[in-house]
Amino acid sequence: MNPAIIDLLYRLADDGLIIGHRNSEWTGLGPILEEDIAFSSVAQDKMGHALAIYNLLHELGEPAPDQLAFFRDAAEFRNCSLVALECFSETDAASTPSLRNNPTRDRLVSHGDWSLALVRQFFFSEADSVRFNALANSTFEPLAILVRKFRGEIKYHTLHGRTMMRRLPAATLEGRSRIQKAVDTLWPHALGLFEPTRYDKQLSDAGICPGESVLCEQWRSEVEPILRETGVHIPTTAAPVYGGRAGKHLTEMVSLLSDMQKVARMDPDAKW
Amino acid sequence: MVSFNTQHLTDDKPGDPGYERQLSAFEARISRGDKVEPGDWMPYDYRQQLIRLIHVHANSEICGALPEGTWIPHAPSLKRKLALVAKVQDEVGHGQLLYRAAETLGKPREEMIEELISGKAKYSNVFHYPAESWADVCVIAWLIDAAAIVNQKMMADGSYGPYGRALKRICYEEAFHLTHGYDMCISLATGTRLQRDMLQDAVNRWWKPIMMFHGPSDKESKHTELLMRWGIKLRTNDEQRQEFLRKYLPKMLNLGLKIPTEWEMRFDEATKTWHYNEPQWDEFLHVVRGNGPVSAQRLETRRLSHEQGRWVREALAAAAAGKRVPLPPTAYANRG
Repeated sequence: MNPAIIDLLYRLADDGLIIGHRNSEWTGLGPILEEDIAFSSVAQDKMGHALAIYNLLHELGEPAPDQLAFFRDAAEFRNCSLVALECFSETDAASTPSLRNNPTRDRLVSHGDWSLALVRQFFFSEADSVRFNALANSTFEPLAILVRKFRGEIKYHTLHGRTMMRRLPAATLEGRSRIQKAVDTLWPHALGLFEPTRYDKQLSDAGICPGESVLCEQWRSEVEPILRETGVHIPTTAAPVYGGRAGKHLTEMVSLLSDMQKVARMDPDAKW
Repeated sequence: MVSFNTQHLTDDKPGDPGYERQLSAFEARISRGDKVEPGDWMPYDYRQQLIRLIHVHANSEICGALPEGTWIPHAPSLKRKLALVAKVQDEVGHGQLLYRAAETLGKPREEMIEELISGKAKYSNVFHYPAESWADVCVIAWLIDAAAIVNQKMMADGSYGPYGRALKRICYEEAFHLTHGYDMCISLATGTRLQRDMLQDAVNRWWKPIMMFHGPSDKESKHTELLMRWGIKLRTNDEQRQEFLRKYLPKMLNLGLKIPTEWEMRFDEATKTWHYNEPQWDEFLHVVRGNGPVSAQRLETRRLSHEQGRWVREALAAAAAGKRVPLPPTAYANRG
């Protein structure tokens, strides 16, 4: 049973860390101050959830949380592709003054597409909600205890996501077209949130976690009516993007980790 | 929605008996320690000076989010990452709070943001410089926040109610930032050779902007006298600089940090004051007018992010006004 639980915990924690990291890239750059604050807050919650689950993993004999976040390579991460996707593409640094450590975000931010960030967060919180509601009754008690605490925060994430997803595409044509484009882009990755794993049956038989296909159906029944309500089409032919749960990631994940880990790895003896 | 009070726009002008009567009543209230509230009569210059100050303060919070935000993706531990996101979120929240305080004086937020990104409105000198390493974030969070607290604690007791109340809350949060910054600097100062060098390097670069942070020396400051008369400001720039140096310079020295040699910092035991060679105030003015090392880049980042968020603001405004675009005909046909 242990490898199945460990794998589940890695999936949950890595998803949380990576989406928290991505959302925090918007801190200071949001479309309005209130959204900047909301996104930053969601980012902290998700990184906090990740930290709690890494701690649980550490209690089960895995390395310490910082070790897991900052000293693993992409192939060892178990997050889905959705959370790692890049929402910014930046202009050529040549047009801006060069900086000593050249942190990526101090370059000009261009084509920062908040619709992608918002739709991703909406898809993700709905998945969190479905998954964590199920896990709150997990027979693996240490996880169930944590998840019951997280659920209070997840409720606000879904409330935020639903509110924005109901308003933006309904109010202006530009809003609708941007959200539609983001939904089209992200849908295959969103389905990848529920990538089947070899432990699904074992976990579900033991009452630890329902199978991914069950969760996916529940997620669709939550998400689709909200999209339809505001005239957003649901892609019908999109094939899910799988691979992340097995450590096979897109290139974005590699550059994300290189950003995230570069200071931590400057000096292996340092405590920061 | 904020409603703007225009009660100050009376026909009375300075010199008119009506105006002078109101002015002396206003000044009497201030000397009693009363707070001025949004609907109250206030002199035109009082309002303008406050709008200027609060606007610059709000802009500084918003621009201050950029150099620190740059390092969120690179924060080297989970604890630091969480703390840094929380801190930068607070700064953005302070910006929001301050724009709201300025709105009570009649200036809408959108106008203030437009003036910021067009380069018309100023922001703090320290945010015209780049954050070049992780240690810069630590120095900003400790020493610049410390300098800001000295200023904000003083302003929090000022005469304008909404600004004072906003500042009280801001100071409360800044106190956490200071602890967080100090803790980060201690980690570096007591860490490996590389960490200690990073920190000293950052201090070397930031000491000049920090020495300039509280603004021109009293000999050169043009606004101070009026601001103090109306209880907006309670202490001069030099007094604030002294307080900052008295509190924090010894702590820096305790951590083994050195002040760059071009600064002749000398403590006078008898008067308990620091003597220092006066910063180049023409350079300070040049920087805050938008000619600092990364001024153009900061504003361009802000302008782009504001521009890219336009569709969101427009959609939210339309939604708030109850507007809806018709559903496309196939909306209900796409799932069997």
